[in-house]
Amino acid sequence: MKRIKTIDTRDLKKSVQTGGCGECQTSCQSACKTSCGVANQQCEKCSEKK
Amino acid sequence: MIHQYKLNGYNIVLDVYSGSVHVVDDLAYDVIERYQQQGREDLIADLLQKYADTPEVTAEEIGECIDDVAELEASGKLFSSDQYENIAFDFKKRNTVIKALCLHIAHTCNLNCDYCFASQGKYHGERALMSLEVGKRAIDFLIENSGSRVNLEVDFFGGEPLMNFDVVKEIVAYARSIEKQHHKNFRFTLTTNGMLIDDDVIEFANRECHNVVLSLDGRQEVHDRLRKTNNGKGSYEIIVPKFQEFVKRRGNKGYYIRGTFTHHNTDFTNDIFHMADLGFTELSMEPVVCPPDDPYALTYDDLPVLFEQYEILAKDMIRREKEGAPITFYHYMIDLTGGPCIYKRVSGCGSGTEYMAVTPWGDLYPCHQFVGDEAYCLGNIWNGVENHAVQDEFKLCNAYARPECKDCWAKLYCSGGCAANAYHAAGSITGIYKYGCELFKKRMECAIMMKVALAE
Repeated sequence: MKRIKTIDTRDLKKSVQTGGCGECQTSCQSACKTSCGVANQQCEKCSEKK
Repeated sequence: MIHQYKLNGYNIVLDVYSGSVHVVDDLAYDVIERYQQQGREDLIADLLQKYADTPEVTAEEIGECIDDVAELEASGKLFSSDQYENIAFDFKKRNTVIKALCLHIAHTCNLNCDYCFASQGKYHGERALMSLEVGKRAIDFLIENSGSRVNLEVDFFGGEPLMNFDVVKEIVAYARSIEKQHHKNFRFTLTTNGMLIDDDVIEFANRECHNVVLSLDGRQEVHDRLRKTNNGKGSYEIIVPKFQEFVKRRGNKGYYIRGTFTHHNTDFTNDIFHMADLGFTELSMEPVVCPPDDPYALTYDDLPVLFEQYEILAKDMIRREKEGAPITFYHYMIDLTGGPCIYKRVSGCGSGTEYMAVTPWGDLYPCHQFVGDEAYCLGNIWNGVENHAVQDEFKLCNAYARPECKDCWAKLYCSGGCAANAYHAAGSITGIYKYGCELFKKRMECAIMMKVALAE
Protein backbone atom coordinates (compact mmCIF):
# COMPACT_ATOMS: atom_id res chain seq x y z
CA MET A 1 0.00 0.00 0.00
CA LYS A 2 1.28 3.41 -0.96
CA ARG A 3 0.44 5.34 2.16
CA ILE A 4 0.11 2.63 4.81
CA LYS A 5 2.82 0.31 6.06
CA THR A 6 1.71 -2.50 8.33
CA ILE A 7 4.24 -3.70 10.91
CA ASP A 8 4.49 -7.43 11.52
CA THR A 9 2.58 -8.25 14.74
CA ARG A 10 1.10 -11.25 16.48
CA ASP A 11 -2.56 -11.69 15.52
CA LEU A 12 -4.39 -11.51 18.83
CA LYS A 13 -7.53 -13.06 17.37
CA LYS A 14 -5.62 -16.15 16.26
CA SER A 15 -4.12 -16.42 19.72
CA VAL A 16 -7.59 -17.24 21.04
CA GLN A 17 -6.96 -20.67 19.52
CA THR A 18 -3.21 -20.97 20.05
CA GLY A 19 -2.66 -19.19 23.37
CA GLY A 20 -3.41 -19.79 27.00
CA CYS A 21 -0.75 -22.38 27.87
CA GLY A 22 0.12 -20.41 31.01
CA GLU A 23 3.87 -21.07 30.87
CA CYS A 24 4.71 -17.38 30.57
CA GLN A 25 6.34 -15.36 33.29
CA THR A 26 4.22 -13.71 35.95
CA SER A 27 4.26 -10.00 35.20
CA CYS A 28 5.47 -8.70 38.53
CA GLN A 29 8.28 -11.21 39.04
CA SER A 30 10.67 -9.38 36.81
CA ALA A 31 11.51 -5.78 37.41
CA CYS A 32 8.59 -3.61 38.21
CA LYS A 33 7.03 -4.81 41.47
CA THR A 34 4.89 -1.69 41.55
CA SER A 35 2.90 -1.76 38.33
CA CYS A 36 1.35 -4.33 36.08
CA GLY A 37 2.03 -4.28 32.39
CA VAL A 38 1.63 -7.45 30.40
CA ALA A 39 2.68 -6.00 27.06
CA ASN A 40 6.36 -6.41 27.79
CA GLN A 41 6.08 -10.05 28.75
CA GLN A 42 7.36 -12.72 26.42
CA CYS A 43 5.26 -15.60 25.17
CA GLU A 44 7.08 -18.69 26.39
CA LYS A 45 6.04 -20.71 23.34
CA CYS A 46 7.14 -17.99 20.94
CA SER A 47 10.52 -17.60 22.62
CA GLU A 48 11.08 -21.38 22.47
CA LYS A 49 10.58 -21.26 18.72
CA LYS A 50 13.16 -18.50 18.27
CA MET B 1 -11.29 0.30 18.32
CA ILE B 2 -8.26 2.12 17.01
CA HIS B 3 -5.75 4.48 18.59
CA GLN B 4 -3.85 6.90 16.42
CA TYR B 5 -1.07 9.25 17.46
CA LYS B 6 1.86 11.23 16.13
CA LEU B 7 5.25 10.88 17.74
CA ASN B 8 8.82 11.56 16.67
CA GLY B 9 7.73 12.21 13.09
CA TYR B 10 5.71 9.03 12.77
CA ASN B 11 1.96 8.71 12.29
CA ILE B 12 0.99 5.50 14.06
CA VAL B 13 -2.31 3.67 14.08
CA LEU B 14 -2.99 0.79 16.47
CA ASP B 15 -5.83 -1.60 15.90
CA VAL B 16 -6.60 -2.59 19.45
CA TYR B 17 -8.33 -5.95 19.09
CA SER B 18 -6.15 -7.47 16.38
CA GLY B 19 -2.93 -6.00 17.78
CA SER B 20 -2.03 -4.59 14.34
CA VAL B 21 0.28 -1.59 14.05
CA HIS B 22 0.29 0.63 10.97
CA VAL B 23 2.57 3.51 10.02
CA VAL B 24 0.83 5.92 7.72
CA ASP B 25 1.36 9.22 5.94
CA ASP B 26 -0.65 12.35 6.72
CA LEU B 27 -3.39 11.68 4.20
CA ALA B 28 -3.96 8.10 5.37
CA TYR B 29 -3.92 9.35 8.96
CA ASP B 30 -6.75 11.74 8.14
CA VAL B 31 -8.66 9.14 6.16
CA ILE B 32 -8.50 6.66 9.04
CA GLU B 33 -9.54 9.32 11.54
CA ARG B 34 -12.70 10.16 9.55
CA TYR B 35 -13.41 6.82 7.88
CA GLN B 36 -16.12 5.67 10.24
CA GLN B 37 -17.80 9.06 10.55
CA GLN B 38 -18.07 10.15 6.93
CA GLY B 39 -19.28 8.68 3.67
CA ARG B 40 -16.83 8.30 0.80
CA GLU B 41 -17.87 11.38 -1.17
CA ASP B 42 -17.94 13.67 1.88
CA LEU B 43 -14.57 12.38 2.97
CA ILE B 44 -13.02 13.02 -0.43
CA ALA B 45 -14.51 16.50 -0.60
CA ASP B 46 -13.34 17.43 2.89
CA LEU B 47 -9.83 16.16 2.34
CA LEU B 48 -9.52 17.85 -1.06
CA GLN B 49 -10.25 21.06 0.76
CA LYS B 50 -7.77 20.33 3.55
CA TYR B 51 -5.02 19.42 1.08
CA ALA B 52 -5.85 22.21 -1.39
CA ASP B 53 -2.22 23.36 -1.24
CA THR B 54 -0.91 19.88 -2.02
CA PRO B 55 -1.57 19.25 -5.72
CA GLU B 56 -0.58 15.57 -5.64
CA VAL B 57 -3.51 14.85 -3.31
CA THR B 58 -6.25 14.33 -5.89
CA ALA B 59 -9.71 12.83 -5.58
CA GLU B 60 -8.32 9.68 -7.13
CA GLU B 61 -5.49 9.52 -4.60
CA ILE B 62 -7.86 9.94 -1.69
CA GLY B 63 -10.17 7.29 -3.19
CA GLU B 64 -7.27 4.83 -3.42
CA CYS B 65 -6.38 5.50 0.19
CA ILE B 66 -9.98 4.88 1.27
CA ASP B 67 -9.88 1.59 -0.66
CA ASP B 68 -6.71 0.58 1.20
CA VAL B 69 -8.32 1.35 4.54
CA ALA B 70 -11.38 -0.68 3.52
CA GLU B 71 -9.10 -3.57 2.56
CA LEU B 72 -7.41 -3.50 5.97
CA GLU B 73 -10.79 -3.37 7.64
CA ALA B 74 -11.98 -6.38 5.63
CA SER B 75 -8.86 -8.35 6.57
CA GLY B 76 -9.38 -7.65 10.28
CA LYS B 77 -6.44 -5.29 10.72
CA LEU B 78 -8.32 -2.04 11.19
CA PHE B 79 -11.49 -1.28 13.13
CA SER B 80 -11.66 -4.90 14.22
CA SER B 81 -14.36 -5.68 16.72
CA ASP B 82 -13.96 -6.81 20.31
CA GLN B 83 -14.35 -10.58 20.24
CA TYR B 84 -12.91 -11.15 23.68
CA GLU B 85 -15.47 -9.65 25.99
CA ASN B 86 -18.05 -12.19 24.94
CA ILE B 87 -15.72 -15.08 24.59
CA ALA B 88 -16.09 -17.75 27.24
CA PHE B 89 -13.61 -16.20 29.66
CA ASP B 90 -15.38 -17.38 32.75
CA PHE B 91 -12.70 -16.16 35.08
CA LYS B 92 -14.44 -17.15 38.27
CA LYS B 93 -14.62 -20.78 37.21
CA ARG B 94 -11.19 -20.64 35.63
CA ASN B 95 -9.03 -23.41 36.98
CA THR B 96 -5.82 -21.65 37.80
CA VAL B 97 -2.58 -23.08 39.08
CA ILE B 98 -0.04 -21.25 41.17
CA LYS B 99 3.10 -20.62 39.20
CA ALA B 100 4.94 -17.94 41.13
CA LEU B 101 5.62 -17.06 44.73
CA CYS B 102 7.19 -13.98 46.20
CA LEU B 103 8.95 -15.15 49.35
CA HIS B 104 9.29 -12.47 51.99
CA ILE B 105 12.57 -13.83 53.25
CA ALA B 106 13.22 -10.90 55.56
CA HIS B 107 10.82 -8.36 57.00
CA THR B 108 13.68 -6.17 57.96
CA CYS B 109 16.08 -3.97 56.06
CA ASN B 110 19.51 -2.45 56.36
CA LEU B 111 18.39 0.68 54.51
CA ASN B 112 15.83 3.22 55.60
CA CYS B 113 14.39 4.48 52.33
CA ASP B 114 11.84 7.24 52.75
CA TYR B 115 9.47 6.01 50.04
CA CYS B 116 9.47 2.30 50.96
CA PHE B 117 5.97 0.87 50.47
CA ALA B 118 7.00 -1.91 52.84
CA SER B 119 7.63 0.53 55.65
CA GLN B 120 11.39 -0.07 55.89
CA GLY B 121 10.83 -3.77 55.25
CA LYS B 122 8.50 -4.41 58.17
CA TYR B 123 5.23 -4.14 56.22
CA HIS B 124 3.72 -2.26 59.15
CA GLY B 125 4.34 -5.27 61.42
CA GLU B 126 7.12 -6.86 63.41
CA ARG B 127 10.62 -7.46 62.12
CA ALA B 128 10.98 -11.09 61.13
CA LEU B 129 13.09 -13.55 59.15
CA MET B 130 11.61 -16.51 57.28
CA SER B 131 12.72 -19.83 58.74
CA LEU B 132 14.02 -22.65 56.57
CA GLU B 133 11.00 -24.71 57.61
CA VAL B 134 8.61 -22.09 56.22
CA GLY B 135 10.73 -21.68 53.09
CA LYS B 136 10.78 -25.39 52.34
CA ARG B 137 7.07 -25.70 52.94
CA ALA B 138 6.50 -22.78 50.54
CA ILE B 139 8.42 -24.69 47.85
CA ASP B 140 6.33 -27.82 48.51
CA PHE B 141 3.14 -25.73 48.44
CA LEU B 142 4.11 -24.26 45.07
CA ILE B 143 4.85 -27.68 43.58
CA GLU B 144 1.62 -29.15 44.95
CA ASN B 145 -0.46 -26.33 43.49
CA SER B 146 1.26 -25.87 40.14
CA GLY B 147 -0.50 -28.62 38.19
CA SER B 148 1.31 -29.42 34.95
CA ARG B 149 3.04 -26.05 34.84
CA VAL B 150 6.76 -26.69 34.35
CA ASN B 151 8.41 -23.31 34.93
CA LEU B 152 7.91 -22.07 38.48
CA GLU B 153 9.10 -18.68 39.63
CA VAL B 154 10.26 -17.80 43.10
CA ASP B 155 11.36 -14.32 44.03
CA PHE B 156 13.40 -13.68 47.14
CA PHE B 157 12.05 -10.40 48.37
CA GLY B 158 11.91 -8.32 51.49
CA GLY B 159 12.79 -6.06 53.20
CA GLU B 160 16.27 -7.07 52.27
CA PRO B 161 16.52 -10.80 51.48
CA LEU B 162 20.29 -10.93 51.89
CA MET B 163 19.78 -10.29 55.63
CA ASN B 164 18.61 -13.93 55.63
CA PHE B 165 20.95 -15.23 52.96
CA ASP B 166 21.70 -18.61 54.53
CA VAL B 167 18.02 -19.48 54.36
CA VAL B 168 17.86 -18.30 50.74
CA LYS B 169 20.68 -20.68 49.86
CA GLU B 170 19.10 -23.59 51.70
CA ILE B 171 15.68 -23.02 50.09
CA VAL B 172 17.30 -23.02 46.65
CA ALA B 173 19.24 -26.20 47.46
CA TYR B 174 16.02 -27.86 48.64
CA ALA B 175 14.09 -26.81 45.52
CA ARG B 176 16.88 -28.00 43.23
CA SER B 177 16.97 -31.35 45.04
CA ILE B 178 13.33 -32.09 44.25
CA GLU B 179 12.53 -30.20 41.02
CA LYS B 180 13.44 -33.01 38.60
CA GLN B 181 11.37 -35.67 40.32
CA HIS B 182 8.38 -33.35 40.07
CA HIS B 183 9.17 -32.32 36.45
CA LYS B 184 9.57 -28.69 37.46
CA ASN B 185 12.08 -26.00 36.58
CA PHE B 186 12.57 -23.33 39.23
CA ARG B 187 13.48 -19.84 38.15
CA PHE B 188 14.75 -17.81 41.07
CA THR B 189 14.88 -14.06 41.26
CA LEU B 190 16.62 -12.00 43.92
CA THR B 191 15.64 -8.40 44.60
CA THR B 192 18.29 -6.63 46.65
CA ASN B 193 19.47 -3.20 47.72
CA GLY B 194 23.07 -4.39 47.32
CA MET B 195 24.39 -3.57 50.78
CA LEU B 196 25.38 -7.16 51.58
CA ILE B 197 26.60 -8.26 48.15
CA ASP B 198 29.93 -10.10 48.41
CA ASP B 199 31.73 -12.83 46.46
CA ASP B 200 29.58 -15.50 48.03
CA VAL B 201 26.36 -13.75 46.98
CA ILE B 202 27.64 -13.07 43.47
CA GLU B 203 28.78 -16.65 42.95
CA PHE B 204 25.48 -18.03 44.29
CA ALA B 205 23.20 -15.66 42.39
CA ASN B 206 25.07 -16.04 39.12
CA ARG B 207 24.76 -19.81 39.41
CA GLU B 208 21.18 -20.06 40.64
CA CYS B 209 19.20 -16.94 39.85
CA HIS B 210 17.42 -16.53 36.55
CA ASN B 211 17.21 -12.81 37.24
CA VAL B 212 18.45 -10.33 39.82
CA VAL B 213 16.89 -6.95 40.49
CA LEU B 214 19.36 -4.42 41.87
CA SER B 215 17.95 -1.24 43.36
CA LEU B 216 19.65 1.98 42.30
CA ASP B 217 17.85 5.27 41.72
CA GLY B 218 20.43 6.82 39.41
CA ARG B 219 22.60 9.87 40.09
CA GLN B 220 24.26 9.89 43.50
CA GLU B 221 22.39 12.92 44.82
CA VAL B 222 19.08 11.43 43.71
CA HIS B 223 19.81 7.99 45.11
CA ASP B 224 21.22 9.22 48.42
CA ARG B 225 18.36 11.61 49.03
CA LEU B 226 15.92 8.78 49.72
CA ARG B 227 17.93 5.55 49.95
CA LYS B 228 19.74 6.05 53.22
CA THR B 229 21.46 3.75 55.66
CA ASN B 230 20.11 3.53 59.18
CA ASN B 231 22.54 6.23 60.31
CA GLY B 232 21.18 8.60 57.67
CA LYS B 233 24.02 8.46 55.16
CA GLY B 234 23.54 7.73 51.47
CA SER B 235 24.12 4.19 50.19
CA TYR B 236 25.27 4.99 46.64
CA GLU B 237 29.01 4.70 47.25
CA ILE B 238 28.59 1.38 49.02
CA ILE B 239 26.41 -0.33 46.47
CA VAL B 240 27.50 0.93 43.04
CA PRO B 241 30.91 -0.83 43.01
CA LYS B 242 29.19 -4.00 44.25
CA PHE B 243 26.57 -3.84 41.48
CA GLN B 244 29.26 -3.25 38.87
CA GLU B 245 31.21 -6.29 40.01
CA PHE B 246 28.03 -8.36 40.23
CA VAL B 247 26.94 -7.49 36.69
CA LYS B 248 30.43 -7.88 35.26
CA ARG B 249 30.58 -11.45 36.52
CA ARG B 250 27.00 -12.24 35.55
CA GLY B 251 27.81 -12.86 31.89
CA ASN B 252 24.68 -13.06 29.79
CA LYS B 253 22.30 -13.94 32.64
CA GLY B 254 19.39 -11.61 33.31
CA TYR B 255 19.49 -8.63 35.62
CA TYR B 256 17.84 -5.26 36.05
CA ILE B 257 19.12 -2.12 37.62
CA ARG B 258 15.83 -0.87 39.01
CA GLY B 259 15.19 2.65 40.17
CA THR B 260 12.30 4.66 41.50
CA PHE B 261 11.75 8.25 40.44
CA THR B 262 9.82 10.81 42.45
CA HIS B 263 8.72 14.43 42.33
CA HIS B 264 12.33 15.32 43.22
CA ASN B 265 13.75 13.92 39.98
CA THR B 266 11.15 14.34 37.27
CA ASP B 267 14.14 14.57 34.88
CA PHE B 268 14.58 10.86 35.52
CA THR B 269 16.06 10.12 32.10
CA ASN B 270 19.26 11.65 33.47
CA ASP B 271 19.21 8.90 36.10
CA ILE B 272 18.70 6.24 33.45
CA PHE B 273 21.55 7.69 31.41
CA HIS B 274 23.68 7.75 34.56
CA MET B 275 23.00 4.03 35.02
CA ALA B 276 24.13 3.51 31.42
CA ASP B 277 27.26 5.58 32.08
CA LEU B 278 28.06 3.25 34.98
CA GLY B 279 28.10 0.37 32.49
CA PHE B 280 24.66 -1.07 33.09
CA THR B 281 22.47 -1.90 30.11
CA GLU B 282 19.35 -3.61 31.54
CA LEU B 283 17.39 -0.85 33.19
CA SER B 284 14.07 -0.26 34.86
CA MET B 285 12.77 2.96 36.35
CA GLU B 286 9.43 3.09 38.12
CA PRO B 287 7.31 6.06 39.17
CA VAL B 288 7.00 6.21 42.95
CA VAL B 289 3.69 4.97 44.30
CA CYS B 290 2.79 6.69 47.57
CA PRO B 291 0.09 8.79 49.23
CA PRO B 292 -0.42 12.08 47.36
CA ASP B 293 0.52 14.18 50.39
CA ASP B 294 4.03 12.73 50.65
CA PRO B 295 6.59 15.42 49.72
CA TYR B 296 8.10 13.28 46.97
CA ALA B 297 4.73 12.23 45.47
CA LEU B 298 4.34 12.83 41.75
CA THR B 299 1.80 15.53 40.91
CA TYR B 300 -0.46 16.18 37.94
CA ASP B 301 1.70 19.19 37.16
CA ASP B 302 4.60 16.79 36.73
CA LEU B 303 2.81 14.80 34.01
CA PRO B 304 3.80 16.91 30.95
CA VAL B 305 7.40 16.83 32.14
CA LEU B 306 7.28 13.06 32.57
CA PHE B 307 5.72 12.59 29.12
CA GLU B 308 8.55 14.60 27.62
CA GLN B 309 11.08 12.55 29.56
CA TYR B 310 9.68 9.30 28.18
CA GLU B 311 9.99 10.74 24.66
CA ILE B 312 13.58 11.85 25.31
CA LEU B 313 14.38 8.36 26.54
CA ALA B 314 12.80 6.65 23.53
CA LYS B 315 14.63 8.87 21.05
CA ASP B 316 17.93 8.38 22.83
CA MET B 317 17.44 4.63 22.91
CA ILE B 318 16.86 4.62 19.15
CA ARG B 319 20.11 6.52 18.74
CA ARG B 320 21.99 4.11 20.98
CA GLU B 321 20.55 1.11 19.14
CA LYS B 322 21.56 2.52 15.76
CA GLU B 323 25.05 3.21 17.09
CA GLY B 324 25.37 -0.40 18.23
CA ALA B 325 25.35 0.29 21.97
CA PRO B 326 21.75 -0.39 22.99
CA ILE B 327 20.25 -0.21 26.44
CA THR B 328 17.10 -2.00 27.54
CA PHE B 329 14.36 -0.16 29.39
CA TYR B 330 11.94 -2.58 31.01
CA HIS B 331 8.80 -0.67 30.06
CA TYR B 332 9.86 -0.29 26.44
CA MET B 333 10.39 -4.01 25.98
CA ILE B 334 7.60 -4.92 23.67
CA ASP B 335 7.71 -7.84 21.32
CA LEU B 336 5.10 -7.27 18.65
CA THR B 337 5.47 -10.73 17.13
CA GLY B 338 6.26 -12.83 20.20
CA GLY B 339 4.38 -10.99 22.91
CA PRO B 340 1.62 -12.30 25.15
CA CYS B 341 -1.46 -14.10 23.82
CA ILE B 342 -4.93 -12.73 24.38
CA TYR B 343 -5.50 -14.83 27.51
CA LYS B 344 -2.50 -13.26 29.19
CA ARG B 345 -3.49 -9.80 27.98
CA VAL B 346 -6.95 -10.14 29.46
CA SER B 347 -6.08 -11.94 32.68
CA GLY B 348 -3.15 -9.77 33.73
CA CYS B 349 -0.49 -10.32 36.36
CA GLY B 350 -2.20 -13.22 38.11
CA SER B 351 -1.97 -11.77 41.61
CA GLY B 352 -4.03 -13.79 44.07
CA THR B 353 -4.45 -16.63 41.62
CA GLU B 354 -1.24 -17.59 39.81
CA TYR B 355 1.00 -15.42 41.92
CA MET B 356 1.05 -15.00 45.70
CA ALA B 357 3.29 -13.55 48.36
CA VAL B 358 4.37 -15.59 51.39
CA THR B 359 5.15 -13.80 54.65
CA PRO B 360 7.95 -14.89 56.99
CA TRP B 361 5.25 -16.72 58.97
CA GLY B 362 3.85 -18.60 55.96
CA ASP B 363 0.71 -16.52 55.40
CA LEU B 364 -0.43 -16.07 51.81
CA TYR B 365 -1.36 -12.71 50.27
CA PRO B 366 -2.44 -11.85 46.70
CA CYS B 367 0.86 -10.09 46.09
CA HIS B 368 3.70 -8.40 47.96
CA GLN B 369 1.87 -5.07 47.97
CA PHE B 370 -1.03 -6.48 50.02
CA VAL B 371 1.16 -8.00 52.72
CA GLY B 372 0.30 -6.49 56.07
CA ASP B 373 -3.32 -5.81 55.14
CA GLU B 374 -5.00 -8.64 57.01
CA ALA B 375 -8.31 -8.33 55.17
CA TYR B 376 -6.43 -9.61 52.15
CA CYS B 377 -4.81 -12.63 53.81
CA LEU B 378 -5.71 -15.60 51.58
CA GLY B 379 -4.66 -18.42 53.91
CA ASN B 380 -1.34 -20.07 54.58
CA ILE B 381 1.13 -22.49 53.01
CA TRP B 382 0.00 -25.38 55.22
CA ASN B 383 -3.75 -25.21 54.64
CA GLY B 384 -3.72 -23.42 51.30
CA VAL B 385 -6.16 -20.72 50.22
CA GLU B 386 -9.04 -20.44 52.67
CA ASN B 387 -10.30 -16.96 51.92
CA HIS B 388 -12.06 -17.84 48.67
CA ALA B 389 -14.09 -14.63 48.63
CA VAL B 390 -10.95 -12.55 48.24
CA GLN B 391 -9.43 -14.97 45.76
CA ASP B 392 -12.58 -14.80 43.63
CA GLU B 393 -12.29 -11.02 43.62
CA PHE B 394 -8.82 -11.37 42.16
CA LYS B 395 -9.92 -14.03 39.67
CA LEU B 396 -12.41 -11.54 38.31
CA CYS B 397 -9.94 -8.68 38.27
CA ASN B 398 -9.01 -8.44 34.59
CA ALA B 399 -8.99 -6.17 31.54
CA TYR B 400 -12.79 -6.25 31.37
CA ALA B 401 -13.46 -5.79 35.08
CA ARG B 402 -13.16 -2.02 35.19
CA PRO B 403 -15.79 0.25 33.63
CA GLU B 404 -13.13 2.96 33.18
CA CYS B 405 -11.15 0.64 30.90
CA LYS B 406 -14.03 -0.12 28.54
CA ASP B 407 -13.08 2.46 25.94
CA CYS B 408 -9.35 2.58 26.67
CA TRP B 409 -7.09 1.57 23.80
CA ALA B 410 -4.37 0.37 26.20
CA LYS B 411 -6.37 -2.23 28.11
CA LEU B 412 -4.86 -5.17 26.23
CA TYR B 413 -1.38 -3.84 26.98
CA CYS B 414 -1.91 -3.38 30.73
CA SER B 415 -4.81 -5.82 31.28
CA GLY B 416 -6.51 -3.26 33.47
CA GLY B 417 -3.50 -2.31 35.52
CA CYS B 418 -2.08 -3.19 38.91
CA ALA B 419 -4.68 -4.33 41.45
CA ALA B 420 -2.65 -2.98 44.36
CA ASN B 421 -2.27 0.44 42.78
CA ALA B 422 -6.00 0.52 42.06
CA TYR B 423 -6.77 -0.47 45.64
CA HIS B 424 -4.55 2.21 47.11
CA ALA B 425 -5.74 4.91 44.72
CA ALA B 426 -9.44 4.10 44.38
CA GLY B 427 -10.21 1.85 47.35
CA SER B 428 -11.04 -1.14 45.16
CA ILE B 429 -8.97 -3.62 43.20
CA THR B 430 -11.34 -3.09 40.29
CA GLY B 431 -10.85 0.67 40.37
CA ILE B 432 -8.11 2.38 38.44
CA TYR B 433 -4.97 4.31 39.35
CA LYS B 434 -5.53 7.07 36.82
CA TYR B 435 -2.12 8.68 37.19
CA GLY B 436 -0.46 5.35 36.52
CA CYS B 437 -2.71 4.88 33.47
CA GLU B 438 -1.50 8.15 31.97
CA LEU B 439 2.14 7.15 32.37
CA PHE B 440 1.49 3.65 31.11
CA LYS B 441 -0.20 4.87 27.93
CA LYS B 442 2.67 7.24 27.21
CA ARG B 443 5.19 4.44 27.69
CA MET B 444 3.29 2.19 25.28
CA GLU B 445 3.13 4.93 22.66
CA CYS B 446 6.88 5.40 22.98
CA ALA B 447 7.64 1.67 22.94
CA ILE B 448 5.61 1.11 19.78
CA MET B 449 7.12 4.19 18.14
CA MET B 450 10.57 2.73 18.81
CA LYS B 451 9.58 -0.51 17.10
CA VAL B 452 8.39 1.47 14.11
CA ALA B 453 11.55 3.57 13.98
CA LEU B 454 13.86 0.60 14.30
CA ALA B 455 11.94 -1.38 11.66
CA GLU B 456 12.90 1.20 9.01
